[in-house]
Amino acid sequence: MLSIKNLNVKLEEEDKQILKGVNLEVEAGKVHAIMGPNGSGKSTLSYVLSGKDGYEVMEGSATLEGEDLLEMEPEERAAAGLFLAFQYPVEIPGVGNMTFLRTAVNAQRKARGEEEMSAAEFLKVVRAKAKDLKIDADMLKRPVNMGFSGGEKKRNEILQMAMLEPKMCILDETDSGLDVDAMKLVAEGVNALRSEGRGFLVITHYQRLLDHIKPDVVHIMADGRIVKTGGPELALEVENNGYADILAEVM
Amino acid sequence: MAAPAPKENPTEAMLASRKIPAAKGWSTAAREDAVARLRRMGLPDRRDEYWKFTRPDSLIQPDAPRAAVLANDEPPLFDQVDRLKIVFVDGVFDAQASDDLSLEGLSIERLAVSDSDLHWARDIYGVLETRGQTPVDRPLAALNTACATDGVLIHVTGTPSKPVSLIYRHMSETSDAILHHCIKLDAGAELTVLENGPAAARFNKVMEVDVADGASFHHIRAQGRDHERRAATHLFARLGSASHFKSFTMTVNGVLTRNEAVIELTGDDASAHIAGACVGDGEFHHDDTVFITHDAVNCESRQVFKKVLRNGATGVFQGKILVKAGAQKTDGYQISQSLLLDGDSQFLAKPELEIYADDVACSHGSTSGAIDEEALFYLRARGVPKGEATDMLTLSFLAEAVEEIASDTLKEEINARLESWLNRRRS
Repeated sequence: MLSIKNLNVKLEEEDKQILKGVNLEVEAGKVHAIMGPNGSGKSTLSYVLSGKDGYEVMEGSATLEGEDLLEMEPEERAAAGLFLAFQYPVEIPGVGNMTFLRTAVNAQRKARGEEEMSAAEFLKVVRAKAKDLKIDADMLKRPVNMGFSGGEKKRNEILQMAMLEPKMCILDETDSGLDVDAMKLVAEGVNALRSEGRGFLVITHYQRLLDHIKPDVVHIMADGRIVKTGGPELALEVENNGYADILAEVM
Repeated sequence: MAAPAPKENPTEAMLASRKIPAAKGWSTAAREDAVARLRRMGLPDRRDEYWKFTRPDSLIQPDAPRAAVLANDEPPLFDQVDRLKIVFVDGVFDAQASDDLSLEGLSIERLAVSDSDLHWARDIYGVLETRGQTPVDRPLAALNTACATDGVLIHVTGTPSKPVSLIYRHMSETSDAILHHCIKLDAGAELTVLENGPAAARFNKVMEVDVADGASFHHIRAQGRDHERRAATHLFARLGSASHFKSFTMTVNGVLTRNEAVIELTGDDASAHIAGACVGDGEFHHDDTVFITHDAVNCESRQVFKKVLRNGATGVFQGKILVKAGAQKTDGYQISQSLLLDGDSQFLAKPELEIYADDVACSHGSTSGAIDEEALFYLRARGVPKGEATDMLTLSFLAEAVEEIASDTLKEEINARLESWLNRRRS
């Protein structure tokens, strides 16, 4: 599904390399987790994959079902089925959450040559999905993420994911700023979306989230590359011993 | 060496070029007084502090600079609104296109045909304008009072069932229109006034509004899209106690627009909201000049002005809140912001507060910035194409001003116009 080969990336503005040859294959139906200390390049990877400005790809490739992601505009990547749940969802005053969601859903459908969703149909679907995530009508009406608590923002990200039905979901530290209950709710939302045809890349600092979203594969990222790959037990090892032991072993 | 020829005085040249309506009836004294006041102050020139950011040249030359008439294929604004229509074509009343000027709860007369000796408008015409001349001269308003050829005099005694809609059509490339409206709301009365259209190649308009105790006045204006038109407008309002005043202006295009608003809160517990959303592209200069005086206790005022500028367009904001001694518990808010869609456009702002009471809350802010890149990426990452996402954020920037329109239907209509303006600029 998602195939990253020897990805080398530097900051556009300064001569600082962040990713130093990342190799990663996420298969459909699987959940991969990336863990790693601060500054290891986890968030950069998610931004480069989704097309944020400010990075320069020096070498390597990233494809989604064979399509070259790096050649596409961010909106084309989204239409191709890539979704990034933001670590810090952006507040947008003056744009209603519903309007935003419907514009996004229909823009993607249009880009794929599919029929747009009618207002009535959209309303029906969004209400049902919002209910599962305990998002009330008021939150849907408010401007995007305005006045939302940390937990509400993350649930709103998952709602967007549920509405957009992407093929490949990247969750960038979705657990940050969440209490246990909120994390459970978010994890349930994610688990409900797990399916044969969909891949997940869950980026996190802590093993905690992985108790709720069980990964198939765990990668440890350090200094811009994946240094170790294993099963769920690798996350537990990090939880018990920290990163120091693993890093000492591989570097 | 021969003495240099006497320099032509622009004020005299302008007055000489006007056909000042023959002195008759109640307005004679006010017009004569306005001529004398105009001569004393003189038309503005580039050295005037109050015209530092806006060149008055094209507004004070005797003839209106030519302005092409836009072939506008959009359906007329407010078409779906049940309203009483009063149409002026290049400043000339069009009886055929206008509705019958009668409606329960108010009386309407035209300035041009109102020549009785006694008239309620005597206490308003040129009176609020004169009050608004202190501490800053507004010569174009005095010129208007002296030379206005027509306008409406509306006396509101109750709660009319529909808004009064002033429609200004522009048909002649050289028209130079001067209209003057007076609106008097009795205690407890309510009125909504809609204004739309480019009006003329050059348009000088004054509206004086006297809002008595407990009355409410709503004003929604859309200045016409004709690219080359020029307009200098003044809105003078006096507010009685517990009265409400709300005015919103949308400006799209126009080579030069200067909108002045002078609002006096003279009775306790009154509120005045004035807002503007403007979008300009290229040869576009828009100036909002606002002066709000708090002269009573526990009043609220709000100024919200938003400007979207691109391709070298210029926006100006000069806004002042004056809180007089004794105007305690004043709540004053002023925000002026511009969204610069490229590096060529500019926004010039002069926000001012002058406060002589000690128990007041006043705030003001003025910013100018570009599209928020983080928000743009967020929208694009959800699949919204760049152009559409930029428009969404632009409308979101204007939202605080548009929110000042009380009616949801009108709010939507104004938003739709702003949206289609943005749309036309996207390929």
